[in-house]
Amino acid sequence: MSANRPAPGLTGDVPTGGRAAPAAADAADPRGGGAEGRAPGYAPGRTLPLRVEFVRQLRRRRTMAMFGVLLALPWVLVVAFQFGPAGRGQSSLRLSDLATAGGLNFAAFALSVSANFLLVVAVALFCGDTVASEANWSSLRYLLAAPVPRDRLLRQKLVVALAYSTAAVTVVPLMALLAGTLVFGWNDITVPGTGEVIPAADVLPKFLIVIGYALVSQLVVAAVAFLLSVGTDSPLGAVGGAVGLVIVSSILQAVEALGSLREFLPTFWNTAWLDALAPEPDYSGMVKGVVVSVTYSVILIALAFRRFRRRDVVS
Amino acid sequence: MAFPTGRRALAILLSLVILVAAGVTWALWPSDPVVKGRDLVIPVMDGPADDQRVDLDATFYPPASGGRAPAVLLAHGFGGSKESVREQAGRLAGQGYAVLTWSARGFGRSTGQIALNSPDYEVKDVRGLIDWLAGRPEVSLDGPGDPRVGIAGGSYGGAIALMTAAYDNRVDAIVPQITWYDLADALFPDASGKGPVNGVFKKMWAGIFFTSAADRLAPGGTTGAAGLAGLAGAAGARPGGETGQGSGQGSGQGSGQGAGATPGAEQVRCGRFLPQICEMYQEVAETGRATQEAIDLLRKSSPVSVPGRIRVPTLLLQGQRDSLFPLSHADANARAIAATGAPVEVAWFNGGHDGGDGEADWLSDRTTGWFDRYLKGAGPATGDGGSAAFTVTRDGGRDPGTRRPVLLHAIGDRYPGLTGEERTTVALEGPRQSIANPAGGSPASISAVPGLGGLLGGAGGVSIALDMPGQAAVFESAPLARPTQVTGSPAVTIRVYGTGEATLFAKLYDVSGGSLPVLPSSLVAPLRVTASEAGTPVTVALPAIDRRFDAGHRMRLVVSTTDLGYATPAAPAVYQVALESPTLELPGDAALRTPATGPAWWTWAMPLAAILVAAVLLLTGRAGRRPEESDAPDAASAEVPLVISGLGKRYRNGEKAVDDLSFRVEKGQVLGLLGPNGAGKTTTMRMLMGLIHPDEGEIRIFGHRVRPGAPVLSRLGSFVEGPGFLPHLSGRANLELYWQATGRPPQDAHLEEALEIAGLGAALERAVRTYSQGMRQRLAIAQAMLGLPDLLVLDEPTNGLDPPQIAEMRRVLRAYAERGRTVIVSSHLLAEVEQTCSHVVVMHRGRLVSAGPVGDLLGTATAVNGGGPRLEDVFLDLIGEKR
Repeated sequence: MSANRPAPGLTGDVPTGGRAAPAAADAADPRGGGAEGRAPGYAPGRTLPLRVEFVRQLRRRRTMAMFGVLLALPWVLVVAFQFGPAGRGQSSLRLSDLATAGGLNFAAFALSVSANFLLVVAVALFCGDTVASEANWSSLRYLLAAPVPRDRLLRQKLVVALAYSTAAVTVVPLMALLAGTLVFGWNDITVPGTGEVIPAADVLPKFLIVIGYALVSQLVVAAVAFLLSVGTDSPLGAVGGAVGLVIVSSILQAVEALGSLREFLPTFWNTAWLDALAPEPDYSGMVKGVVVSVTYSVILIALAFRRFRRRDVVS
Repeated sequence: MAFPTGRRALAILLSLVILVAAGVTWALWPSDPVVKGRDLVIPVMDGPADDQRVDLDATFYPPASGGRAPAVLLAHGFGGSKESVREQAGRLAGQGYAVLTWSARGFGRSTGQIALNSPDYEVKDVRGLIDWLAGRPEVSLDGPGDPRVGIAGGSYGGAIALMTAAYDNRVDAIVPQITWYDLADALFPDASGKGPVNGVFKKMWAGIFFTSAADRLAPGGTTGAAGLAGLAGAAGARPGGETGQGSGQGSGQGSGQGAGATPGAEQVRCGRFLPQICEMYQEVAETGRATQEAIDLLRKSSPVSVPGRIRVPTLLLQGQRDSLFPLSHADANARAIAATGAPVEVAWFNGGHDGGDGEADWLSDRTTGWFDRYLKGAGPATGDGGSAAFTVTRDGGRDPGTRRPVLLHAIGDRYPGLTGEERTTVALEGPRQSIANPAGGSPASISAVPGLGGLLGGAGGVSIALDMPGQAAVFESAPLARPTQVTGSPAVTIRVYGTGEATLFAKLYDVSGGSLPVLPSSLVAPLRVTASEAGTPVTVALPAIDRRFDAGHRMRLVVSTTDLGYATPAAPAVYQVALESPTLELPGDAALRTPATGPAWWTWAMPLAAILVAAVLLLTGRAGRRPEESDAPDAASAEVPLVISGLGKRYRNGEKAVDDLSFRVEKGQVLGLLGPNGAGKTTTMRMLMGLIHPDEGEIRIFGHRVRPGAPVLSRLGSFVEGPGFLPHLSGRANLELYWQATGRPPQDAHLEEALEIAGLGAALERAVRTYSQGMRQRLAIAQAMLGLPDLLVLDEPTNGLDPPQIAEMRRVLRAYAERGRTVIVSSHLLAEVEQTCSHVVVMHRGRLVSAGPVGDLLGTATAVNGGGPRLEDVFLDLIGEKR
C-alpha cells in the first residue's frame, strides 16, 4: 500500500507510547481528496458483502436454534406416528391420516402442520430480527458510519434474511421427505380427499411448486417483519408484531360475514397449495394467493426502505 | 425516539382498525330497505260450489320502489303460517315487488280446514287473492282483472304454486321448492315403477305430515308432533327463509276454533283437516296400503292430475336431502311443464326436508332472478345465482380461511333428467343371499329419520345409516379405478326368491377404506315385489343423487327388509336376493361444469398497483434536501478535516438540541468538545456520522458534505455513545467482520495495531457478551481506529477505563494527532480535556460558547485563589454557572 502513497509532508516518527500505540502507524493519507473524498479502497458498492452478513447472522444462537427445531420437527412427527395408536392404514382420506402412506405424503403433511405457525415464526424471526437487533446492539450506527449506504444496508440485510427464510421454509418439507421416505418408504402420493394415487415421479415437480408457493405466501410475513424491524430497536417487537398480524388476519378470515373481502387478507390463501396436489390441479387459488402476497410485500418493503432512508438513527 | 415511534405505531394500528371496521360495515350494510307489511284479512269464497267463505289472514308488502309493480304471492310450508315467510317477503318487496303473504286455510289465524291444496279449496282461495291483487293500485296489470303475478313457496307452498298455475292462467311465473309432483307417490313410493297402489307406506313422514296440523289444537300445542314438524320445517330452510315451515312460529297462535277451549273428540282426531282427508289418512295409515280412493284424493291435489295445464315459466328448486319429496318429483314436474313448451329450470340444492345447508340466500337470489326475468322482463341473471337450465349444488371442499364446507354450483345448459346425459356401468358382485323380515318389522334398518336432519343441521356428511344383520343382502363393486360422478337415478336389476309379497329397500352406499359407509343423502328406494320360487326379476330405480364416488371407494348395493321410516309387514318371512345382472347403471352429466372462477380482475391489477405505489413511495421518499444545499466539494476546505457551519437540530418537541453551531478543526489538532450533559455534544457527533439529518446548516469533512452514507465518512473513525458489537461473536471476529463490512482491502485495516490498542490479550477470542464494560470500550476504540482514519471522533473515550489505561489513552490520542491526523474527543471531564487536547470547543445548551486552543482559553481566565487558571473555572464562567 505504500507504493501508491506520495510522501506526505506530515510524516513524522511515530511516538510509540507504550504497548497501545500503533506499532507501524501510518501518516494521514492525503489521497482522500479523490472522488467524493472517499478513503482509499472504499467503494459503496462493495460494502457489507452478502457473505459477511451471512456469517454475522449464522453464528447467532436463535439462527441455530430455529434451524435445529425445523430440522428436528419431521423426526419428531415420525416418532409421534410410530407411537400413535394403531389406527393407521387407509382409514380416511384426510391429510393427517395419509401422512404415513409414504415420504411424499408425509412431506405434504409436515408442510401443512408447520406452515400455519412454525414457519411464520421462523420467517418473522429472520426478517424481523435483522435490523432491529443491530439497532439493539448499537452496531447499526457503526455500520452506517462505516459508511454502508442505507439503501444498500437494507438491501443486503433483506436478501440475507429472505435467504435464511427460504432455507427455513424449504428445509422442513425436504427433511420430511427424507425422514418420511426412510421410515414410510418411497411410495406414490395418495391424494387427500379423493384417495387417488399419483405416481411419485409425476408429483415431484408439483412438490416444487408447493414449496415455491409456501415461500411466496410467507413473503408477506417477511415484509411485515422487515418493516417493523426497520422501525424499532426491539427485535422481539418486530417478530411479535409480524406474528401478531398473522394471528389477527387468521381471526378475521374466520369471520364469514366479511365475505369476499377475506380474499384480500394476507393469510387467506395460505393453504391453497393443497390444490396443486389434486389430480386436476386448480391453480386459481394459488395465483390469487401469490398476487395478494406479492402486492402486500412490495408495498411493505418499499415502505421499509422509505422509512429507513429518512430515519434518524439514535439507537 | 421511543415515544414518537409508539405514536406512529398507534396511528398505524388505528388506521388498520378503521379500515377493518369500514370493511365490515360495508360488507354487512343492508343493501335493500326493509319493507313493513300491512296486516289484513281477505275474505274468499271456495268449496265445490263456491259457497264457503274463508277469512284468510294476509299481509301485503307494497313495493319499495313505489308505483305499480309485479306482484308475488309467497306461500308458506305445511305447519307454518304467513309469519314463516315474512323475511323473504320483506326482501322481495325491497327489490320492487308487491308481495302478498297469507296463512293458508286451516293454518295460522285463517279460518277453514286443510284440504291439501285441493282445486276446490286452496286453489280457489289463491284465485281470490289474485282477484284482490288485481284491484290494488300498487300492482301492475296485464289486463283488466289480470295482475302481473308470480307465486313462490316451499313444500306445501310450492304445491299451491303449481296447482294455482294449472287452474288460473293469470299466473305468470312460479318458483316451487321442495314440493311434490304426485302426493300419492310421495307417500306410497315404489321403486319398481308400479305406482302408489303397489307402494310402500312412508309412515313416519306421513304421520308427521298429518298430525302436525291436528296438534295445533292441543292446549299449549308446541310439543309432540308439532315439535317434529318444526324440525322438518327447519330442515327445509333456515328459520324465516322462504321454504320455512315455520319452526313452530305458527303454533300457539291458536286456530280461532280451539284456543283455550277443550278440544272435542273430532278435533283431536282430525285437527283442522277436512274430514274426508282425515278419514282417508286414518284408513291408509292403519293398513299401510293405498286405496284407489286415497290415491285419487291425493292426486287431485297434485300436479300429476293436471297434465299440460301448467304452462308458465317455472323454476323448480328441489333438495338433494329430501326423503319426503325426493328429486324424482321435481324431475316429473320439469318434464310435464317442459312438454307444454314453457321455460323450465331445475336446481338440486343442498337442502330439503332432511336438512342440509338450506342455501337460503342462494335460493332467494335464484327466485328473485326468475321473477326479474319473467315478471319484470329483465334479462337472464348472471353470476353464481344466475340462470341455468340445470344447477346442482356440490361440495366445493373447504373455505381456505374458515375451513368450513363450501358449496359450488355446477351448471348445465340442459336438464338431462334422472337418467342422465350418459350412462356408465359398474359391475357388482355378491352371491345369492337369504334375508329375513323380522316379526313385527322390528328392529328396523335406518336410513333417513324425519326431523333428525333438522337436528343435525348443516352436518352434510353425517350418515346415520344402519343395516340390521340378517336383514340385508350386500353386493359390492371392486374399488373404483377413477372417481365416478353420479348425477341422477342409478338402476339395477335384482331377483327375489321366496313366496308372497316382499317389501324391500334398496340403497347404494359409498364405501371407503375404513371409515363408515356413507348412504348418499340418506335415501332409500322402497319396493314391493311378489317373490317366487323361481325368482322374480325386478328393476329398481335407486334414489336420485348427485355424488362423486372417489377412486378407491367401492359401491355397495344393500337390499334390506326393513326401514324405520316405512311400514313393513309384521309377518316374519325369509327371502333370497340375488343380482339378476351384475351391472349397476350410473347416470351422469359430464356437461355439468362448475363455472371457472377465472382470475378476477384484481389478480393482475393488484401487483401493478403495488409496484406503482412502491415506486411512488421510494421516489418521494428520498431524504429531504434543501434547495440551497450543495453537494459539490468545497475546494477551499479540502484539507480541513472538519468545518461545521450554522448547524442546527431540533427535537420533536421543537426544542433545539443544537443551535447555530459553527467551528472548524484543523489537521493535527486534538479537539476537546466540552459541555455539560445535554449540551448537544452527542447530537453533533451523530450528525457528524450521518446518523441524523441536520435541520439547518452543514458539516463538511475534508470539504465534502456529510449526509447519510456519504463516501467521505470512510475517512472518519467513530466511537459514539458506547460500543456496538455482535455479542455472539468474539472481539476479533467483530473487528474483522466490521472491516469486511466496509468493503475495503484487508491490508488497509491495520488490525493488529488496533488490537494492540485494545489490549485484550486472550480475551480477544471470547464472545463479546462475556466482556466487561472497559473491555468493550477499548475494543470499540480499536474499531474506530481500524484503517487509521484521518478524522477520529471519540465520545467519552475514557469512561470505564482505569487510571493507567486513561493515561495510556491520552498518549495514544496525542500520538495519533501528531502524525497529521485529527482527533475529536468529547467529554464532560475538564481535567481530561485539559490534559489531552490542544484545542477546545465549549458547548452549552446546543450553542457554541467558546472555541480555541486550550492555552488561550486558560489565558482569558483570571487566576483565582493564587493558583493558575483552571479549565474548570473557565468552563463554569463560560456556561454562566456560579463558582
